[in-house]
Amino acid sequence: MIEATPFTPWSALAGGGLIGLAAVILMASLGRIAGVSSILGQALFGDSGERYWRLGFIAGMLVSAGLVFHFTSAGFMARVDYPVGLLLAGGLLVGYGTALGSGCTSGHGVCGLARLSPRSLIATLVFMLCGVVTAIILRHAGALLP
Amino acid sequence: MKRLLAATLSGVLFGAGLVISGMSNPNKVLNFLDLAGPWDPSLLLVMAAAVMITFLGFRLAWRLQRPWCAESFQLPSARRPDLRLLVGAALFGLGWGLAGYCPGPALTALVIAPGEAGLFVAAMLGGIALNHLTRAGS
Repeated sequence: MIEATPFTPWSALAGGGLIGLAAVILMASLGRIAGVSSILGQALFGDSGERYWRLGFIAGMLVSAGLVFHFTSAGFMARVDYPVGLLLAGGLLVGYGTALGSGCTSGHGVCGLARLSPRSLIATLVFMLCGVVTAIILRHAGALLP
Repeated sequence: MKRLLAATLSGVLFGAGLVISGMSNPNKVLNFLDLAGPWDPSLLLVMAAAVMITFLGFRLAWRLQRPWCAESFQLPSARRPDLRLLVGAALFGLGWGLAGYCPGPALTALVIAPGEAGLFVAAMLGGIALNHLTRAGS
């Protein structure tokens, strides 16, 4: 089930740069952190007055991602047949955890670190560590068992 | 209206960045997190580039008296880590490692791999709702 993916330094840097640019534009124009979990959560559960720019951000994300994926060479093989249980458990934990922890990879990992926020540094280290441990156990537990 | 356009532009760049960088590819993410497998370090460069541009750009942006389309900069005021942050981050990391999606990429997956994204995003929305509904007065 494990498919190797090539190291792609240039597209990684270019894509990361675009993510950074997006965050800078949101800060310069709206004065807000580009944290997807919070943008999504507040779009659904926050003030209705602040709903529209958040929905616009999400809509922009979806349209752009779809166009870039389907019409440029940045596309990749979409994953299929991933276990439903892992998708559901993963989704639930990501949704709950990011809401509880006030952020995700964009909010804490990109914007938080860029702000030199101690909270975000800790959060990023914790979610990275947990992600790493989980992925290793999930993929290799069979080999670790006696 | 200006706010909506600016936020949408930001979203457009963000979505493109997620796909181009490979963050939207859960296989690539899991190959980064799984240090014991066929390691793909690409995401380190994604983070490095994103953080650097954001670090420099934020400092430029903060020289403005106020944002172009808003009254003031709205930055989180909390600085000290607390238990909610730690537990939340741990649960998030766990979920991330299970399926290889964090919120942004999961949303883009709706237009890339809708079959599995539908399940993940539905569960993710459920998780967000669960947290909001069980919050103690915040």
